[in-house]
Amino acid sequence: MPTVAAPEHTAGVATPQPSDRPGWRQRLSRADVTYSPYLYIAPFFVLFLVVGLIPLGYTAWVSLHDWRLDSTERSFVGLANFADLLDDEYFWNALGNTFSIFVLSSGPQIVIALGLAVLLDSGIRARSFWRLAVILPYVVTPVAVGIIFGNLFGDRFGLINTVLEGIGSGPVQWHADTLPSHLAIASMVNWRWTGYNALIFLAAMQAIPRELYEAAVVDGANAWRRFISVTIPMLRPTVIFVVVTSTIGGLQIFAEPLMFDSQPGAVTGGSDRQFQTMTLYLYERAFRNLDLGAGSAVAWSLFLIIVVFALLNYLLTRRIASAGEARQ
Amino acid sequence: MRTTRSARVAGLAAIALTAAACGSGDSGTASDDDGVIELTVATFNEFGYDELYQEYMDAHPNIRIVERKAGTAEAAIENLRTKLAAGSGLSDIEAVEEAWMVGFLAQADKFHDLRDYGADDIADRWLPWKFEAGTAPGGEVIGYGTDIGPMALCYRRDLFEQAGLPADRDVLGQMITDWASYFDLGVHYVEAMGEGYAWYDTAGNIFQAMQNQLEVGYYDTDDNLVAAENDAIKANFDAVVTANEAGLSANLQTWSEDWAKAFQTDAFATLPCPSWFLGVIEGNAKGREGTWDVVDAFPGGGGNWGGSYLTVPKQTDHPEEAAELAAWLTAPEQQVKAFVAKGTFPSQVEALESAELAEMTHPFFNDAPTGTMFVNRALAVGEAQYKGPRDGDVNQALQNSLRRIEDGSQEPDAAWEQFLEDAERVG
Repeated sequence: MPTVAAPEHTAGVATPQPSDRPGWRQRLSRADVTYSPYLYIAPFFVLFLVVGLIPLGYTAWVSLHDWRLDSTERSFVGLANFADLLDDEYFWNALGNTFSIFVLSSGPQIVIALGLAVLLDSGIRARSFWRLAVILPYVVTPVAVGIIFGNLFGDRFGLINTVLEGIGSGPVQWHADTLPSHLAIASMVNWRWTGYNALIFLAAMQAIPRELYEAAVVDGANAWRRFISVTIPMLRPTVIFVVVTSTIGGLQIFAEPLMFDSQPGAVTGGSDRQFQTMTLYLYERAFRNLDLGAGSAVAWSLFLIIVVFALLNYLLTRRIASAGEARQ
Repeated sequence: MRTTRSARVAGLAAIALTAAACGSGDSGTASDDDGVIELTVATFNEFGYDELYQEYMDAHPNIRIVERKAGTAEAAIENLRTKLAAGSGLSDIEAVEEAWMVGFLAQADKFHDLRDYGADDIADRWLPWKFEAGTAPGGEVIGYGTDIGPMALCYRRDLFEQAGLPADRDVLGQMITDWASYFDLGVHYVEAMGEGYAWYDTAGNIFQAMQNQLEVGYYDTDDNLVAAENDAIKANFDAVVTANEAGLSANLQTWSEDWAKAFQTDAFATLPCPSWFLGVIEGNAKGREGTWDVVDAFPGGGGNWGGSYLTVPKQTDHPEEAAELAAWLTAPEQQVKAFVAKGTFPSQVEALESAELAEMTHPFFNDAPTGTMFVNRALAVGEAQYKGPRDGDVNQALQNSLRRIEDGSQEPDAAWEQFLEDAERVG
């Protein structure tokens, strides 16, 4: 260091500065205070740039081209790939499926997670065991979940249909009928994510000051009233967080419908695209049909939809949570 | 100086991290200072080459072989496709599964023409149809064949007896000649057995075998989609639909969970089975030794399902050494060793005559002489059908149409119409 610092130092001496202006040492020290924090967080943003923004920009660039994976000819086509999507019934089908599966999974998931968190927060026995138990499904890879649920939801020899037939109800065509297939996939997602969200809610619940509950009890509030008027408003930021993350995750469901298909390796999401999600359709266009331009257009559409939807959800949950607060 | 130093350290750390994030792995080939050439070989599943690499390195001290093994053929193909498009990052030798070979034949300019490295001299090493399927329309040889999956017919011996059909494999071999005779036997079978007993697992599986035997498939040799004009395709489609309507299909998609479980039941009595399928049946039908058997025959002639090629992408820095290694690995002597190690059925004429194959029997399948049987099946495979580069996508559309019929969501006519539309979309 001294070898580097010395010339600067002599330079400073060679050109004396007015006494009211700080010396280089002070300025450096001030610069350190001002700019160092940015340097410390720079690694994250540099990485984000490399693995996040650049691919995002590149995908946008590709989506404006007639770009195939098996050809080197690339011509600029403007927004033609996006215009094609508007006319593409399979795109709209995938969009509909994605929302259907998203609603069927995220809705019940958040409600059940809240309930579970309340139970875990109460004075049950073997608390650590239960807390560990709810997070276990999260540790299992989606592929393993797919195999397990594939056995449950088998059309012919699946456990659920066997039970249904046992009680005299007809077998459900889990793979051929649209709504049952969405339910089956949503149940995979729920099984995996409910416990995870419950733990997040639980952590937030434990941070709520107990005095608030005591005061509510003194005011004569019953358990339900305490939950609605104390717990929910106090969980507001957490609810927003969970809703936004599950929106982002829910609209990107990929492994579950892929594993659910009765023909392994098929990415059409069923024989008639009954459960093809947006990401599955993206994959089909880009890596099966090798049309990278079309695939990128799907990717960007999905990205924009997620942004819009996450914002919408954010505003909605904010309103709900603050309404609860106002009531209190 | 402390603050200055820490600021600089922070700056350095940021740069170092950036560098680490940007720095990619080694690009595949390398030449050491001591003149040792490193060759990377990308395979998937099990090629049975592990001991062969050592043998080659012992004979060639200037070569070091590094294998990159992908878990599945799909993963390998995705890697190959994207890096081929990106222009870097591939191994010196890339293995390609037969089903995807067509797509790469259309990009022959991205692979070394192995004729430049002596492919013509060793061309008669392989079964002609195998060699042909590794040759691009322009005549460039881009892949050396490794293994194949010649198709025979597997059947439930016990159920055949129950239905009053001949259960002897030699007698059946005489009876099953074309698809009509196969379907006729099936009609006899389901009539004798009644409800709950089907002849084959799924129409998709049967149709696939029939499709591959056609002289012209979904595309003509000029890459025009002829799915609608080629009457033979519609005829096959109608044939499996008729068979399905007679109750021949168990409506179980090959590889699905239900399908795998069905091996513990009597849901279907026959399966078109390539050589490697015997292990699949044995695994799924665990505990049911002797119920399955193999016929040395296949309806409509021969058929092949599976097998691979070794290619040398243009990205390699050592095309000559890589081509030499690929030629050595796919030589008859080596493929016999790979067969002994991992059961990959050889595609080389000389290897098919080896004692190892001639002596092979399969205890699970009533000690059927599967070695000689599958050699016969391999020799029965006809000329390779020309497949357009989007053959796989069109085929997926057709398989989906049959799935829609089998899961009851569409009538056959509507399913065919939708197939034609879907084929037009991707073709």
